[in-house]
This record gives sequence, C-alpha cells and structure tokens, in this order.
Amino acid sequence: MAINVKVLERPVEEVSYVRATLKGMARTFKHLFEQKVTTQYPEQKEDISRRWRGTHRMLTTETGKAKCVACGLCPTVCPSNCIKLVPGEDEQGNRYPLVFEIDEFRCIFCGYCQEVCPEEAIHVGRHYENSEYSREGFVYDLERLMAQTHPVCEMWDPADPKGE
Amino acid sequence: MIPSPVFAAVHTIPDPPLPFWTFFIFTVIKMVLVFTVYMVGVALLTLAERKISAWIQGRLGPNRVGGKLGLLQPAADGVKNIMKEETLPSHVNKPLFMLAPMLAFVPAMLAWAVIPFGAPWDSRWGRISMVVADLPVGFLFTLAIASLGVYGIVLAGWSSNNKYALLGGLRSSAQMVSYEIAMGMSLIPVLLLAGNVTLNDIIDQQANMHIWNVLTLTISFFIFTVAAFAETNRLPFDLPEAESELIAGYHTEYSAMKFSMFPISEYANMATSSALMATLFFGGWDIPFTKQDNTSGVGFLLVLLSIAIFMVKTLFFIFVFIWIRWTLPRFRYDQLMSLGWKTMLPLALAYIVIIAATLLGLDYLGLQRGFLYGLAMLAVNAVLVVVVFFILDRGRIISPAYGRATPQQISRLRAVTTARSHLSPQSGD
Repeated sequence: MAINVKVLERPVEEVSYVRATLKGMARTFKHLFEQKVTTQYPEQKEDISRRWRGTHRMLTTETGKAKCVACGLCPTVCPSNCIKLVPGEDEQGNRYPLVFEIDEFRCIFCGYCQEVCPEEAIHVGRHYENSEYSREGFVYDLERLMAQTHPVCEMWDPADPKGE
Repeated sequence: MIPSPVFAAVHTIPDPPLPFWTFFIFTVIKMVLVFTVYMVGVALLTLAERKISAWIQGRLGPNRVGGKLGLLQPAADGVKNIMKEETLPSHVNKPLFMLAPMLAFVPAMLAWAVIPFGAPWDSRWGRISMVVADLPVGFLFTLAIASLGVYGIVLAGWSSNNKYALLGGLRSSAQMVSYEIAMGMSLIPVLLLAGNVTLNDIIDQQANMHIWNVLTLTISFFIFTVAAFAETNRLPFDLPEAESELIAGYHTEYSAMKFSMFPISEYANMATSSALMATLFFGGWDIPFTKQDNTSGVGFLLVLLSIAIFMVKTLFFIFVFIWIRWTLPRFRYDQLMSLGWKTMLPLALAYIVIIAATLLGLDYLGLQRGFLYGLAMLAVNAVLVVVVFFILDRGRIISPAYGRATPQQISRLRAVTTARSHLSPQSGD
C-alpha cells in the first residue's frame, strides 16, 4: 500500500449503482427538453463588447481624406511592430501618410495605436471576421483601412470603468 | 404425478405449409422489405444518436442538411464515406484487415431474419407469418449470431498490427466472453416460462398470461439489458473503442466505408438487441388488451397495427440505448470484469434456481399458465426486485475506486497513516 493513500469511508447503505443510474437518467431526460444554447453562427451572431478590439479602421475628414497626420506615434508605441508608416508633406506643410500599412497577422490588438493617436485617426474596430487566401492579404493599406465601415472600439474610460 | 406443463405450454400447431411459389414470393418480398427498412432505420439511427445527444447536452444537433431535423445527414455521411480515400496501412495483415468489417457487418444483418415483427397474416394465399425465416430454434440462432459479431472486432484489432487496436480487440473479446454467459443465463427463465425457444411462442406465452415478461421476470430483463449493452459495445461498456484511452480502439486504422461498417454494425446490433428486448420481455408484436391476434392469423390492417406496435417498442429501446450512452461514464476494466463475473453471472444462476423452483411449485399446485399464474409470478418477482435493488445494490454491484476494503482493512490503514503522521514531526526535530 502506497504511503498517504487517502481512504474514504463510504457508508455502504448509501452507495448504489442501479438507483443512481436511474437518477442520472432522469436528469438527462429533463435536459432533452431544455432550452438549447446553440448560436447558429453565420446567421446569428453573439453580441460583442463595445470595447471589442478587432480589425483596424482609419477615420476620415469630411473631405474624405485620412485624419492621419503621420506623426509616427502609433508605429512607435506598437508592441508588435506591425504598423508601417512613411510620412509625406504637401505644399502647405501639412503632413500626411505616404504609406500606412497594418499587418493584421502581426497585430496583437492591444489598442495602443488608438490610445496614442492625437488626431483620433486610427482605431481598432468591433469586427472579427477576417479571412484571406494569402498572408499578403492581411496587410491592410491605407485605402483599405479607410474603406472599413464597422463601428470602432470605445476605449476604456477611467471615469466610467464599467462602461455604463 | 405432476402434469407436464412445459410441454402443455407448447401449443403451436404447425401451420399448413404454403405452396412452394407462394412461399418463395412472399419470402422474397419479406426479405426485401425487412432489409430495406432495417438499413434505412440503421442509417437514421446515426442521426437519432446525434440529435438526442445534442438535445441532452443543450445543443441543436445536425440541422444543415435536409431541413431543421437534418434528415439527409445520414445520406450526406454515406456519400462522404464512399468518396473518402481507403487507406490500407503497409503494416496490416491485408486479407484479415479487409475481412474484419464484413465479419462485423454480416452477423448484425443476419440476426433480424428470425425476429417476428408482426402478427401472422391470413391472406387469400394462406397464412403468411411475419418473420423472414421461421426457424424452430429462432431464439438460439439470434444468440449465436449476435456473438459472432465479436470476430469482426477481434480480427480488426489483431490485423491492424497496432497496439491500440490490439488492446481494443482484446478488451472486446474478454467483454463478449464475460457477458455472453450472463446473457444466455438470463434468458433461461424466459425459456422456462415459455417452454419453447421459438420467438413467436414466447410472444404467445406473454399474450396468454396477460402479463409481459418484464413484470414477471424483471431481473432477467435487467441482466439481459446490461449484457446487451456490453454485447453491442455501447457506453457504459464501450471499452473496445474507449476513445480517451485507445484513440479509436479496434478501428483506429480504418478509414472511409470500411470504418463506416463498424458503426453501422454497432447500430444494427443495437436495433437487434432492442427488438429482442421488445420480443422477449415486452410482448413483441402482440397488440395489448386484445385477443384475436394471438390465436390465429389476422387481417391486413391488424397486421400493420401489430408491426407498428413492434416498431414502437423497438424504437423505445433504441432510445434507451442512446439515452444511457449520454448519461453514464465508461466502466473501468476491473469493474467491467467484476460486474460480469461476480455480479451478473451469480445473479443469473441464482435467479434460474429461484424461477425454476417457483415454476415447479406453481405447476405442482395445478395452476394453468394464465393470468393467475402470472400474478403469482408477479408477487415472487416483486420480492426479488426489492431484494436485488435495495439490499444487494448497496455498494456491491459496482466496486468503488478503492476496491472492496473491509472495515478492518480500513481501520488498519488509518492506524498506519496516523502512526506515520505522529512520527514525522519527531524525526524533523
């Protein structure tokens, strides 16, 4: 006998198999008629949180241009180094992004880019259905980021920690 | 001298033989019908299993193919299985590997040939019995064929040349051998009561007694049910497959339709066992509360009604099979063996003695095999059921995880462990 074997003393008169089986069968039979919990996924979708951080979206001005001023904060803060930004400048001296690409595969969806952005241009969005036939397809360029239409994430507000 | 009731109970008067061509044509029709209904039924059983398991677990189950109930799911599965690649691993024993699925499949199909599924039909061509092959030894045939199925499983396990498959095959053979005996023994009281081995006569006996055998021979039914679960490898006795321990057990190496044969034969065996339970213990095709159907042949509508009744009973037991599967966890191997040899077999043997003595006593009192006889059996049975389920079933039917330690052993262990725990702090000083 091994050392420190825990020996339970079970009252023999309370232990049964047949009656316990019948009890279990009654339980499963009740479950037959219970409310089902399946979500029929492609047709039905679960509600996602307002703070859900998914596919990125670049917001635009009224004239249809990206709000981004190519300040370079988001590529700096990005922990997974997935944002590629090449700044440009027009005649009036306004900076704008020549290249703005986000690799959705590298991204860890921490939302720092949205938090750090001074112009509220780049956002993480409430959207999760991404699929492509190639890895290159997951590198979203500026046009594609601007074309996204899903709602954006509402970042955590310290004044309203529960999001009410 | 005691009147010989055993032979008095045999009241079957052989029907006048049909002309050859009538017999031939009707047999062919019956074969085709039974085979079709059986195969379609078995295919639908796979769907039923998935649906019921889903409902028990609070899910919806297959509902994408063929409407909300997923009625075309079995067809889709069949097409998928036929289109799939047949793998033939290089290390298998090829002839046996190919033979095994067939050996599992064929006996499962055969057993239905002798099960009566309806009242005999008095047609204008003569009396047509609603059984494919009216064997005089029908009942023994079913038992023999049902236990043949294990060859498929054992050969599959052995020819796969794979550790998991071999273990599955070994477990299966051990399980079959253990429970085959209990199953056979549990049916002897039924035979004693009916005095014949023809399934139709067992149905007649229940009809004449106005009490189903399940009420007069409950313990036989209990043992038979447990053994049937073991014979069909259904949970809680699915040790040959045991996916959490043995990958897939005996059919680990199989793919496509060859793999599909094993589940099909499992479901077919399940249907056969259910039909046997309905026939032996629940009055078979006999229409309850009526008499005209058990004296002689009946009209066509009543035949259909009796078939429907038989099917309802069979489907109920199939449901019980599925229901139990999604209720109970798997036995441990030692529990399986001890249940078979230490509980089921002695119980069945003791039951035979008790029932034989009761029958002898009742016959000695000169009772005819009728309702009164059934009531007397019912009284004896009630006592036995209470004894088994409320006195014997107190931690004795299935041994718990720690084995059957006696109170003395436990107190000795306690003494040892407390002595150790007293010792250890002193040694630490």
